[in-house]
Amino acid sequence: MTISSASAAFTGNDPGNRLYGPVPDVTGQSGYDDDHPKRVGFFTDTSVCIGCKACEVACKEWNTLPMDDSHGTKDVIGMSGMSYDNTGQLGANSWRHVAFIEQSRAVDLPMPTFGRPGDDRHDHGPSVAGSGDHDSTAKAQASVLNAEALSEFDPQTGQSGADKQVRWLMSSDVCKHCTHAGCLDVCPTGALFRTEYGTVVVQGDICNGCGYCVAACPYGVIDQRKDDGRVFKCTMCYDRLTDGLQPACATACPTQSIQFGDLDELQARADARLATLKEQGVETARLYGRDENDGVGGDGAFFLLLDEPEVYGLPPDPIVTTRDLPAMWKAAGKAAAMMVAVAVTAILGSRQR
Amino acid sequence: MTQVKTWLESWPVYRQLTGSDPFGRGSAARSKATEATVARTATADRVVKSVCPYCAVGCAQNVYVKDEKVVQIEGDPNSPISRGRLCPKGSASKQLVTSPSRVTTVKYRRPYGTEWEDLELDTAMEMIADRVLEARRKGWQDSDEDGRHLGRTMGIASLGGATLDNEENYLMKKLYSAMGAIQIENQARI
Amino acid sequence: MPGLGASFGRGGATNFLEDLSNADCIVIEGSNMAECHPVGFQWVGEAKARGAKIIHIDPRFTRTSAIADLHVPLRIGTDIAFLGGLINHVLSNDLYFEEYVVAYTNAAAIVSQDFIDSEDADGLFSGFDPESRVYDEDSWQYETEEPAQSDAENPAEAAQQEQLDDQPAVRASDQAQAAGSGGPPIPGKPKRDETLQHPRSVFQILKRHYARYTPEMVSEVCGIEPEVFAQVAEWVTSNSNRDRTTAWVYSVGWTQHSVGAQYIRTCSILQTLLGNIGRPGGGIMALRGHASIQGSTDIPTLFNILPGYLPMPHALQHDSLEEYVADAAGKAGFWGNKRAYMTSLLKAWWGDAATAENDFAFGYLPRINGDHSSYRTIADMIEGKVSGYFLVGENPVVGHPNGRMNRFGLANLDWLVVRDLQMIESATFWNQSPEIETGELAPETIATEVFFMPAATHVEKEGTFTQTQRLLQWRDKAVEPPNDARSDLWFFYHLGRILRERLADSDDPRDRPLLDLTWDYPTHGETQDPSAEAVLREINGVGPDGKALSSYMQMKDDGSTSGGCWIYTGVYADEVNQAARRKPASEQGAVASEWGWAWPLNRRMLYNRASADPAGKPWSERKKYVYWDEAAGEWTGADVPDFEKNKRPDYVPAHGAKAQDALSGTDPFVMQGDGKAWLYAPSGVVDGPLPTHYEPVESVVENALYKQQANPTVERIDGPWNRENPSRSEVFPFQVTTYRLTEHHTAGAMSRTLPYLAELQPEFFVEVSPELAALRGLTHGDYATLVSARTAIEAKVLVTERVRPIKLRDGQVVHQIGMPYHWSYSGISTGDSANDLLGIVLDPNTHIQEDKVSTADIVPGRRPRGPALLEFVEDYRRRAGVASGRVGVNGRDPVAADAGEGSSL
Repeated sequence: MTISSASAAFTGNDPGNRLYGPVPDVTGQSGYDDDHPKRVGFFTDTSVCIGCKACEVACKEWNTLPMDDSHGTKDVIGMSGMSYDNTGQLGANSWRHVAFIEQSRAVDLPMPTFGRPGDDRHDHGPSVAGSGDHDSTAKAQASVLNAEALSEFDPQTGQSGADKQVRWLMSSDVCKHCTHAGCLDVCPTGALFRTEYGTVVVQGDICNGCGYCVAACPYGVIDQRKDDGRVFKCTMCYDRLTDGLQPACATACPTQSIQFGDLDELQARADARLATLKEQGVETARLYGRDENDGVGGDGAFFLLLDEPEVYGLPPDPIVTTRDLPAMWKAAGKAAAMMVAVAVTAILGSRQR
Repeated sequence: MTQVKTWLESWPVYRQLTGSDPFGRGSAARSKATEATVARTATADRVVKSVCPYCAVGCAQNVYVKDEKVVQIEGDPNSPISRGRLCPKGSASKQLVTSPSRVTTVKYRRPYGTEWEDLELDTAMEMIADRVLEARRKGWQDSDEDGRHLGRTMGIASLGGATLDNEENYLMKKLYSAMGAIQIENQARI
Repeated sequence: MPGLGASFGRGGATNFLEDLSNADCIVIEGSNMAECHPVGFQWVGEAKARGAKIIHIDPRFTRTSAIADLHVPLRIGTDIAFLGGLINHVLSNDLYFEEYVVAYTNAAAIVSQDFIDSEDADGLFSGFDPESRVYDEDSWQYETEEPAQSDAENPAEAAQQEQLDDQPAVRASDQAQAAGSGGPPIPGKPKRDETLQHPRSVFQILKRHYARYTPEMVSEVCGIEPEVFAQVAEWVTSNSNRDRTTAWVYSVGWTQHSVGAQYIRTCSILQTLLGNIGRPGGGIMALRGHASIQGSTDIPTLFNILPGYLPMPHALQHDSLEEYVADAAGKAGFWGNKRAYMTSLLKAWWGDAATAENDFAFGYLPRINGDHSSYRTIADMIEGKVSGYFLVGENPVVGHPNGRMNRFGLANLDWLVVRDLQMIESATFWNQSPEIETGELAPETIATEVFFMPAATHVEKEGTFTQTQRLLQWRDKAVEPPNDARSDLWFFYHLGRILRERLADSDDPRDRPLLDLTWDYPTHGETQDPSAEAVLREINGVGPDGKALSSYMQMKDDGSTSGGCWIYTGVYADEVNQAARRKPASEQGAVASEWGWAWPLNRRMLYNRASADPAGKPWSERKKYVYWDEAAGEWTGADVPDFEKNKRPDYVPAHGAKAQDALSGTDPFVMQGDGKAWLYAPSGVVDGPLPTHYEPVESVVENALYKQQANPTVERIDGPWNRENPSRSEVFPFQVTTYRLTEHHTAGAMSRTLPYLAELQPEFFVEVSPELAALRGLTHGDYATLVSARTAIEAKVLVTERVRPIKLRDGQVVHQIGMPYHWSYSGISTGDSANDLLGIVLDPNTHIQEDKVSTADIVPGRRPRGPALLEFVEDYRRRAGVASGRVGVNGRDPVAADAGEGSSL
């Protein structure tokens, strides 16, 4: 058997088998028969998220994940100070993470205004002149507020107090199950694979903890578990899917902020939701991870956001780390083929003995 | 040789090189564990209908039981009220019922004691019955100062949580009333 | 729930959660629904998606506010002023639903000429006795059409009843709560003026009462701009008419105030004026906080009521069954059958031993003669008046205000039984409480015997919860409880069995009630768990034929029927456990009548007769629900009619008609003596027939409306362990409010112990505004100490603009501190207990504590430890002019403490 390094698959020119750009059938590309299930995904609509964290807990209960960092003992855990977010980020033990972003600005909006013209409260609230450590307050504010976002404030989704408008954004983050998954592409052991549902999953019985995938993820999702060494991340509840169930997070989500389903259907639903919000004047609404022409070929888990992705801690323009791989493959391909042939021969040889 | 071929086909690299998944990113990479994947909902012995014990929305729960152990609790999608959804507390119900820090044996602290002691359940029940009768007697009032009928004891009080079942509240109120105890209260007051 | 009970006749949510999706406007006030009832909140989301306006009125910007259309940050404790402002807006702009108001409310009723409104007496109604601080309600009554009907039957008795009603000991015994199902009794039907013009008509009294609650006054009291008020008024009134409905949602943000019942009354008045009660997408949704709070009042473990809101017999009033039912005998409405309900209860409890000859064993019931509520009992414990205490799934030293006082109570018992899943703080007070560290308590001085009895979880026992919309849902047992863990049903059944065995040979009359008790429940399994289904069937009741009753209408007063809780009759109709029904939602209509069972008689929306006009036609096609079908001669529609099925809309009661027959075809509030929703409550609410704005007991603000600063009838419990922060004190200059977080549950035993929940909110924290942080030098993420006249506690500081200072007209700035209350020292996630900071002052109607608003000081850094803490707090008391909080051994009076340990009984 021979492998040509010049084959379409390896140049990235085959539209069904590329390392970047849109892929019409990512599951089929991964070797599944034509009658494989449709690609599934998550559409997380943050405009209806109430930050309850049911997704985080339901995920941990189903996947029996360890408690973060403390192994169930007290005093190790503590308040993060990042609004109501004490999870911090996605990690080996947290496959869903709800971000909380508090924003505020003085009221001077062209909207149903609730401040009296000329009211003295249009400054920044009651005077607290005199006592107090203003530096520490400023620091405190900075830690819960995102100053850059203020200019993008959306009157329709922000609520008004008299003198200032407050907005509290919540968003449940998760592995994106990329069309071009850097983690999968770099995995040397085949521990990461694409399932028949088009999702990307780590196989715990294969992973050797090399950690290449950690650096390869443009979103910083995949993570090694400290006392284990192997990597862990969202499986989109692969086992539940085999039982005809939805992933645990989507099943629990009280407000349907997390929606699970066939990706094409979710994309259509998201487009419609965005149009509705725009119609209602929510100019800052946008979809994230929906675009198949983005740096990862679109996400299997995508989002409706109410502000810039950075505000939620998401990279504005993620690019799969293996996008430039085909050029390198031309050189590496021959060497790889030779090593595989040697390996096969050696093993077959040992078996025959 | 057939045997060898079967064995060979299970080897990812072989599948990758010969199959439709030349990158080994999908079907060719499937491990033994992956092929054996089965959800624990599918292998449960039975599914029992329950209701979440936290707030008063009354979300319906499906309790999956295997080998007489609770292996999963999730929302019952048939409920017109909750439509199968649960909040973080409801989602943590399995942890609630399987918590390793649950105390499942009787503990006793004697007057002026500095440590917990163990007690048999039956012993504890008898001891409590003794104390109930004694407290009832000590606090008994036949009538008030004007001779009006009271027929009660002020020696026993009770405070029940609002996660008690209706049937439990009913037996409690019935028994307490029959023994003459009136300082019977509930979280519902709070 | 006297607030709802006195207004409409039943103390339950009028609508159901799913129905919120039919609302055109939803006002969430006194509730943080998205955080505390997240799954129920999906129906608010549904309404919003259909175009409804969502308004959140709350001092804090919460996760509910985050997705509301409008957040109204009113000052803590000023909801009556805000709602009163809306009432005034509706009345003075003629925005009320006139046809509805005239036909279905007591707006036209004429009130006694002796009544003096609080507007005319600087905050006090007529009948106030400054000495006992109790109202005599005589002057609040209606002017009746004719001599009260029941007088004809037994004039002497009825007159005596009325006199007795006003005795402080009777008042204190909280009969208002008996309005849970069946409005407060009234002497007779009132005179009416259908034009609503009579100066003493309820309508005109209401108008005058709220005339001063103008947008400007609301602005001054609540700290809300008139424009914000106008926006709320516009959205609410434009969505309340024939075609549109507005729903109101509340929770403990309203009940836990010194005027809590009146908060709910104010909302009831507004929603009634707007014609939103008994209609789809309308109503008042009372969100309960625990799985079976509603059930725990329906079938109460409460001192003042029996199952079905029948009052506990009172020593002064109820020597005989005849006297017990005298207030209802011959009355209009369903309370007219009180005797049948009570007799059936007595038969359920004492079976064959209850006979007509012995007054159906009415004498077996113990009598109350005052306030025997929870907090009063704690004070009694400290004084050594109580021997033994059962805590059944309750953690009062964390969940109740004033933890220190609660712990002192426990330290003075002879014995304590704690039934719980985890080793809660209420079981470990004797060696781990904060008072051990301060030296106020020590194991060596505490004589209390403690039994920790492990309990079964919800999946380890069968039974029903009654959730927030009065719906009973049955749970099957999934697995056996581990080791010695047992259900509470098991515990009380077997305790009763043992007690009866012990007394079997007794000839003491006081043991008869125990020995004659019906106590033969089938048991199953190795542990002999009693059958909850058998208990449920007893609750449902049985007819003369031995078959389960299907309706409380079948109950008789001759002893031929039994039934443990008349309002639950029907839950076992046709010998079927109706609460266990689980017909999928997809296979039935929107009302889902075949999922579980709701009281009364599976009616999902209460007072739904009011969804049709007086002639019985739907008010509009859009809001069609229950209506009269002339051809069939019956009420029909999406729900079970909350009305006699065949009573014609034009039915007029004959002279002398009784009970339900005395209500006309246009009387939708069938539990009320006059069939009407009460805008004005002539009885049933002990602190006034109309809600009036008072400042909270601990307020930093002067009452802008009246000289009377706080509720004049507020209930206090005095002692060194329950000192009050003086109002408007410079020493305690900030307002504090307590609340829950989504991630935790109440006193924490069911959440702080679970890793997945503990890590989500791992520490006790307080929320303060940047302005207050600057004022006091508080640093985000560092500790702060909060101080009250009770104690001092420490918490991490979360500085957030979601908490706002309120600036009042006169320039006063009111700073508000938010304080979730889930923590204490046990479990995985720990911290000081917020409730230790709070004192106990009570709503006189419900004996519920005012823990939604109090005052405190806050300073940077950690609190003093050990005895230094006592000195620190004592210094604050001294500076504030508060009496000493020093106590003697085990929290007893410093002098009397020498008397010895344990109860003095």
